[in-house]
Amino acid sequence: MAEKIDLQEIEVWDGNYAAAQAMRQAQIDVVAAYPITPSTPIVEGYANFMADGYIDGEFVMVESEHAAMSGCVGAAAAGGRVATATSSQGFALMVEVLYQASGMRLPIVLNVANRALAAPLNVRGDHSDMYLGRDSGWVQIDAFNAQEVYDMNLCAFRVGEHHDIRLPVMVHQDGFVTSHTAQNVRPLSDDDAYKFIGEYKPMDELLDFSRPVTHGAQTEEDWHFEHKARQHKALMDARPVIESVFAEFEKVSGRKYKRVESYMIEDAEVIIVALGSTVESARLAAQQLRDEEGIKAGVVGPRVIRPFPFDAIRDALENCKAIGAMDRSCPGGALGMLFNEVSAAVYTTAKRPLVTNYIYGLGGRDLAIVDIKAIFRELKANADAGKITTQIQQFIGLRGPKLAFFETREGK
Amino acid sequence: MAITSVKNLKEFSTSNDRFEGAHLLCPGCAHSMIVRELMNCTDDNLVISTNTGCLEVSTAVYPYTSWDTSWIHIGFENAATAAAGAEAMYKARKRKGTLKNPDAPVKFVAFGGDGSTYDIGFQWLSGAVERGHNFTYICLDNENYANTGGQRSSATPIGASTTTAPAGRVSYGEKRNKKDMLAIMAANGASYVAQVAPNKWKNMAQAFQKALSTDGPCYINAMSACTTEWKFDPKDTINISDLATDSLAFPLYEIINGTELNITYRPKNVLPVKDYLAAQGRFKHLFKPENAHVLEEWQKRVDEKWEYLQRREEARV
Repeated sequence: MAEKIDLQEIEVWDGNYAAAQAMRQAQIDVVAAYPITPSTPIVEGYANFMADGYIDGEFVMVESEHAAMSGCVGAAAAGGRVATATSSQGFALMVEVLYQASGMRLPIVLNVANRALAAPLNVRGDHSDMYLGRDSGWVQIDAFNAQEVYDMNLCAFRVGEHHDIRLPVMVHQDGFVTSHTAQNVRPLSDDDAYKFIGEYKPMDELLDFSRPVTHGAQTEEDWHFEHKARQHKALMDARPVIESVFAEFEKVSGRKYKRVESYMIEDAEVIIVALGSTVESARLAAQQLRDEEGIKAGVVGPRVIRPFPFDAIRDALENCKAIGAMDRSCPGGALGMLFNEVSAAVYTTAKRPLVTNYIYGLGGRDLAIVDIKAIFRELKANADAGKITTQIQQFIGLRGPKLAFFETREGK
Repeated sequence: MAITSVKNLKEFSTSNDRFEGAHLLCPGCAHSMIVRELMNCTDDNLVISTNTGCLEVSTAVYPYTSWDTSWIHIGFENAATAAAGAEAMYKARKRKGTLKNPDAPVKFVAFGGDGSTYDIGFQWLSGAVERGHNFTYICLDNENYANTGGQRSSATPIGASTTTAPAGRVSYGEKRNKKDMLAIMAANGASYVAQVAPNKWKNMAQAFQKALSTDGPCYINAMSACTTEWKFDPKDTINISDLATDSLAFPLYEIINGTELNITYRPKNVLPVKDYLAAQGRFKHLFKPENAHVLEEWQKRVDEKWEYLQRREEARV
């Protein structure tokens, strides 16, 4: 048996180390991994736990991220708990196997320290890799800080390994801002954490020779559609499972999580919808604007990106007047993902709040509180005018002349 | 019934099948002979992973499977890594005591065609071998991308006409000689490496058994004559294979621990390589007068390789 670690009530961990600690407590059977900035310290931390006798499972350092996810798929099919970590280019290299992992319905937990995608090469945080995975069929959970990285890791195993779901789960954190910033984290004890996650219960495993199974069969036009539809259904069915896992987690930790995290939205006229650490910055900006300028500002942060919390987003946003959807990924000739999905959700409400799109923070460009306040003021102007007073999509924090795209009917 | 107890082909043909005859491989395809023999040469439980390719698309089309054993396919390039992952999981679960059949002996085997072995899956194979996973990788080498209609791979030999390096008015087809995967795998740290052919079925079974009973990664290059792309009559698969091994176009040998090379089959009468080439449509154009130099080059390379193998065998290095 692996040795346990007697953790303090409050530890000072960065997001990467929080992930490594959660992985250790989960008593994973196989970690197959490959290092890449900024997620490298996760696998380094895990390697140190291995070297010091805190891990019973296998730790396989493979030759690429593609092989890391391939090894995870082979290991998961063999009926045990599996996890790994990556970022950016490594995530991109994994993409082929991400689709295979979800299509084969294998629970694997993937920690993603989000980082920009080249070119130009950039090691800093944005959400390009997160967005690249959005159609891969994985559950995607977003952590806004190191505590949440730890908490969401524990929850991710429960969600993915649930026998009604059996899907791989990503836990996202912002590269550097979260992954490398030491913060106070309140962990569960090793025993409590493992008790919460529970023992792995294999299903259709390669290593049960009394019942041979075929994994990764071929389907063409006769059956492919049915398989993909069932996969989508499993993702949609994950919504109540996630809620019940969060509810159970609250009982053991006292920390309450929802599929969509809302801040000061009850009376909010203007709301920013964002992901990652930006949610925390926006909360500060909203509070300051309420105090300083009386703007009724609120913040909505999707905790779960996939399955997209359409219902909870709609509920959170339907009573405000103007929404700023913040996308930290180059939209590639379209409106940002968050804009599109938030717009779809509020389009089904009676009042249809105004939605605009802000592209920000690419390649680790900082987004300051003043920038967020300026966005809130712009949203307030939209709310007061009853129409969008800017172009629909604006780039924020960019050098040089202002860049904005997509005009309203009135020509703004 | 394990093949150690099989005395002759008649017995073999009625032996217990873990690879069902109901599959979609071409009539005359050597793949099924090789796979069937592998699965019959051991009584141990098998976890088999398979790269995308002829074998995979012909044996696991939902809702059917030809595999009466644990089987997994992920992609074109990563069967070695799938086997490695499953093997790592086996070790972890054995240690933790969570296996359903903890005492059952298990062997991990990965199959790939030459395209997925020599080309697209090369890195995944190299990584899994380097890390020392306890598994056997078997390349079903038919010297082309047969599943997608006969394109050249780095296992395609000189002079072969393929759909992406066709013989034409100004070309005799493939210009490069095939990559030496056995030497590469031996240098990569494979504990056991062998080249086998299904016509020499006892020789092949012995190599499989050696590989399965060897600790550490093993690589076997199995010649798989391709009726469709080599262009011969499906009934002639074994005849073509005999021509290949007896002309030394496919010499059969093994390399133990990277150095100890043993030739495992010495033809009594070595045939000229042109007899092997002449039996296949893919080399038909080589018999035009202007391509005589390619035939000479072929024979020269076969002679040189045979000489090299004999010297390596003598030298024991």
